[in-house]
Amino acid sequence: MKEINLEELQTKARILRRHIITMTTKAGSGHPSSALSMVEIVTALYFGGVLRHDPSNPTWPDRDRFILSKGHGCPALYAALAEAGYFPIEWLSRLRQLGSPLEGHPNMRALPGVEASTGSLGQGLSIALGHALAARLDGKGYRVYALLGDGECDQGQVWEAAMAAAHFQVGNLTAIVDHNKYQQTGSVETVMDVRPLIEKWRAFHWHGIEIDGHDLREVLKAFDEANTINDQPSVIVAHTVKGKGVTPLEKDYTWHGKALPPDLAEAALKEIG
Amino acid sequence: MNIGRRIGLTLGKATRDAFGEALVELGKENPNIVVLDGDLNNSTKTDLFAKAFPERFFNVGIAESNLVGVAGGLASCGKVPFIASFACFMMCNAFDQLRMSVAFPGLNVKVVGSHGGISIGEDGPSQMSVEDVALACALPGFAVLVPADQEAAAALVKAAAVHRGPVYIRVGRPKVPIVYQNGGEFTLGRANCLREGRDVALIANGLMVAAALEASHLLHQEGIEALVLDMHTVKPLDEEAVVRAAQTGAIVTAEEHLIWGGLGSAVARAVASRCPVPMEFVSLGDTYAESGKPEELFEKYGLTAEAIVRAAKHAIARKKDV
Ligand SMILES: Cc1ncc(C[n+]2csc(CCOP(=O)(O)OP(=O)(O)O)c2C)c(N)n1
Ligand SMILES: [Mg+2]
Repeated sequence: MKEINLEELQTKARILRRHIITMTTKAGSGHPSSALSMVEIVTALYFGGVLRHDPSNPTWPDRDRFILSKGHGCPALYAALAEAGYFPIEWLSRLRQLGSPLEGHPNMRALPGVEASTGSLGQGLSIALGHALAARLDGKGYRVYALLGDGECDQGQVWEAAMAAAHFQVGNLTAIVDHNKYQQTGSVETVMDVRPLIEKWRAFHWHGIEIDGHDLREVLKAFDEANTINDQPSVIVAHTVKGKGVTPLEKDYTWHGKALPPDLAEAALKEIG
Repeated sequence: MNIGRRIGLTLGKATRDAFGEALVELGKENPNIVVLDGDLNNSTKTDLFAKAFPERFFNVGIAESNLVGVAGGLASCGKVPFIASFACFMMCNAFDQLRMSVAFPGLNVKVVGSHGGISIGEDGPSQMSVEDVALACALPGFAVLVPADQEAAAALVKAAAVHRGPVYIRVGRPKVPIVYQNGGEFTLGRANCLREGRDVALIANGLMVAAALEASHLLHQEGIEALVLDMHTVKPLDEEAVVRAAQTGAIVTAEEHLIWGGLGSAVARAVASRCPVPMEFVSLGDTYAESGKPEELFEKYGLTAEAIVRAAKHAIARKKDV
């Protein structure tokens, strides 16, 4: 793994946050609060040396895969892909516009670097398991990462995939749960109490790691730990804050699925720095 | 949506809003009505019911299969569940539960799919329902309703509540033009004739009713008189209305749906078996759409009055073939 400069990574995270606010406000819609809570996770993956990937060769057969199961968080993914060099950064300004490959939810047929078409919650972990099994069949060493929402864990399919992944002992699969405590219509506690999360995954025979999902050091350490476990899948339950870094979004969950108006976006960019 | 503006239709509410409001009225009248949602209550507008009758409302989280199964159980005990989610997640994610826990036992569940069609816009194909009508029609015993505007939505939600048996109702996200400016009569399974005409019949539902009215206006300017039918119930289909429409000698259907298994297919079956005349089909065709503004998408994917006009002329030109 290459030398990681924490300060540089923190700067990268700030840049991704700025892109998220700018592109969703320009689009006039989208899910900025859901994207903001996953920024450090994506930063660690794409810029912290976790993913082995080649932006100039997005279909490189040996690449590690990142599958965004909570597809509505895609502004964070798009920002990371652009910063990593998969496509020009200018494309971010055409988010959700007719003809733009940056659709409202990820479309693997439209945009290089997108590994799965998602947006219907609950399906990404199964797809990731398919990639993980293919690696085994092909004798390849790549690893597969899937990022899920905590509300998304309401879906039965998530637990079907969890059961199957442990059953097939795919050590090359890591799930990350963006545990930001909220879903669309309220807190996970009030809507559908999916907790305790880590105990559930452990009961499904996953190796469980629980971290502060905004502490880049902890995020990187968690990925390191997951990568040492080779006989079972690992899950990282990342405690995060929905809307992280933008006070109005942090304070009020009803911002879910709404872009900031220009004046609030300007204030948000100031706050992010 | 700006469909129908140039013929003076005024913009009304979204059909999902009309649904949410009608549901509250129904809740007052019938204590057996219960409502279930899957973490989308503020989008589907069941939050109005949730506020008025919290004890009769269940948010099951992001879990559509469970949502449908629980509704089957409640209906087995005499409750009248209205269940809501985005049309795509409800129909696609929980289709087997709709089949085994609702349709096969013939239970009295009212399934409401919101954000139907491509008029949801910027969220893109993963949230767009372009196959819901086909899927709902493939559930034996289901009635399948696609209201055109706020008046139709409110009336058909109420009609669904008194109908015995499972019903699917598609409602939409954007504010839509009011087709029934002076109200209207709505009977489940009975088409509404909005305009008489002798040269061609335009049979539409949902948002495409406004587009069909607009098309009839454009055709009139060219001396072509179109009959316009609002076929709000795709199933059971009002075959008598189709037979009457066929007396014009040519039929065009228009729907915000794939070409497979929706209104066009249903009407074509009736036409083929009872009153063969040339037909043309305005639909999304055989494709998913993409992110964009609803108006732009309707333009790009051919869901416009102009497309209906072209189809009408084709159908009329083929009259001599039959
Ligand atoms: C199958 C399915 N049902 C419903 C939705 C609508 N929806 C989009 S985001 C969301 C809430 C997601 O909550 P969570 O997984 O906690 O993600 P967060 O936004 O908090 O990161 C819902 C219900 C969906 N996209 N897919
Ligand atoms: Mg969440």
